[in-house]
Amino acid sequence: MSMCAKALALAIWLGTAAAAFAQQPLNKETVEIGLSTDTIAITSGFRGTDLTVFGALDNADPLIQRQGRYDVVVILQGPERDFVVRRKDRFFGIWVNTESVTFQHIPASYSLASTRSLQDITTPKVFAQLGLGINNIFYEPMPDSFGSSATLREFSTELPRLKLKQKLYSQRMGDVQFLSSTLFRATLSLPANVPVGKHVARAYLFRNGEFLRESATSLNIVKAGLEFRIYRAANQHSLLYGLFAVFLAVVTGWMGRLVFRKD
Amino acid sequence: MMSLGFVLGIYLPIAEISVNIFVLFGMGAAVGFLSGMFGVGGGFLITPLLIFYNIPPAVAVATGANQVIASSFSGALTHFRRGTLDIKLGSLLVIGGIIGAAVGIYVFVLLRELGQLDLIVSLLYVVFLSTVGGLMLYESVQSMRRARAGQLATLKKPGQHNWVHRLPFKMRFRQSKIYVSIIPVLVLGGAIGFLSSIMGVGGGFIMVPAMIYLLKVPTNVVIGTSLYQIVFVTAFATVMQATTNQSVDIVLAMLLMSGGVVGAQYGARIGQKLRGEQLRALLALLVLAVGLRLAIELFVTPDDLYSISLAIATGAT
Repeated sequence: MSMCAKALALAIWLGTAAAAFAQQPLNKETVEIGLSTDTIAITSGFRGTDLTVFGALDNADPLIQRQGRYDVVVILQGPERDFVVRRKDRFFGIWVNTESVTFQHIPASYSLASTRSLQDITTPKVFAQLGLGINNIFYEPMPDSFGSSATLREFSTELPRLKLKQKLYSQRMGDVQFLSSTLFRATLSLPANVPVGKHVARAYLFRNGEFLRESATSLNIVKAGLEFRIYRAANQHSLLYGLFAVFLAVVTGWMGRLVFRKD
Repeated sequence: MMSLGFVLGIYLPIAEISVNIFVLFGMGAAVGFLSGMFGVGGGFLITPLLIFYNIPPAVAVATGANQVIASSFSGALTHFRRGTLDIKLGSLLVIGGIIGAAVGIYVFVLLRELGQLDLIVSLLYVVFLSTVGGLMLYESVQSMRRARAGQLATLKKPGQHNWVHRLPFKMRFRQSKIYVSIIPVLVLGGAIGFLSSIMGVGGGFIMVPAMIYLLKVPTNVVIGTSLYQIVFVTAFATVMQATTNQSVDIVLAMLLMSGGVVGAQYGARIGQKLRGEQLRALLALLVLAVGLRLAIELFVTPDDLYSISLAIATGAT
């Protein structure tokens, strides 16, 4: 709670600063976002949550502001990974994975919030240039992946669909709200299966459909708790982990004999 | 205040899903009960049950192998004390088993990269469960009929010699009182080791009949020797799975093993009171049912024809 209050206080300070410079020439608007923490530790009981990002819009033109023609899009993008998309086909009555395409440098998660629906903010062309939005992420196939361009297109439309289905990708229209003339709040989704690693939050500022500027901040998501320590041990000390698993099994089998000895 | 669901739920760190503690403990206990009753390892039931419970097949197989160690270890110890265990024969089987398990892990990784692991695991289970279940059902119905007709149930006497005994590199196994080539011993051990890696089973249900009918090992040392081999080979398979695939879930294994140890004790007591043929017919039906359920899943149209997974980083492409 105190973290939130601090972020709010900072944002309010930025707000007053903005008011002081309101007489400045136009087109100097800046956007800043802040997170109350740079690391989020997720425990095993995590069922997903909303992440609130506060931001400030400075040097805004009060007229445009009143007309509500400033728009903000905030995204939170997870670490980049390589993913395989596979398709099943019937083979002698059995469903078998047949074709597959590997994509590289794909954000493992992607959450977007905007002041209103994307088509009302600016043209698809601008979004495409910015690579902003789930449909504008570059789904890059591995250089050695074979398949016709139709296949590649098919799989690159399936990838975001599967990600949306897993709730790893999300787009929330109207979830960036102006709390005052300068302060805004973006609500992003952190799904239960959010990947660990470095996440980047970015805010994009638009005025009258024109892209002005962006700002970014980063967030580290780590997992905490006993279960995660086990997970890490399995990955970093896999030999010891394997030997320990065998040891546990032998001890359990032996204990059972001692406890339930019949003779 | 904590909710009930929170108390009963536990997160499996490797399988990466939340499960109910009592369901898994119960699953371990039920399979342990059956293995105590019938004297089987239970790995061939645990792995499919875990898959039905939405545990990823790769984790189900690796953890199945881990769980088998616990149920086989105490049995092997008992046979060792009674002297009904042929160390020399068992050790040769272990050597074969370790080679087979290593090959199995290699194939496992390959199938995983190709995206065919889940399918092959299911197919192998369908084939083995229906074959073993079918044979057991046939055999138990036959002996039930004989018993009703008042005949004495006689085990078919295995023939004196077969082609196996004409192979070279013979070795004498004093404990088993056999003189046999080491080739079929190594091959048998290798085949079982391969299955331990790919299916997460101990393989006793194949090992025991093969030793009796192929190698002519006397029945009194068969079980002990088979358990001895299973302990070492599943231990090796577990370590290999842990190092190459990181798919052994010790939380899951602990739940299954503790359930299994309790279940096995009661199973063994009940098993001594019940009629053998009826018991075997029941197990056969159960095995067939599990096989059928897996088979149906292969034919049912999946909810989503597309799937996504992390690409496994490998040097070779």
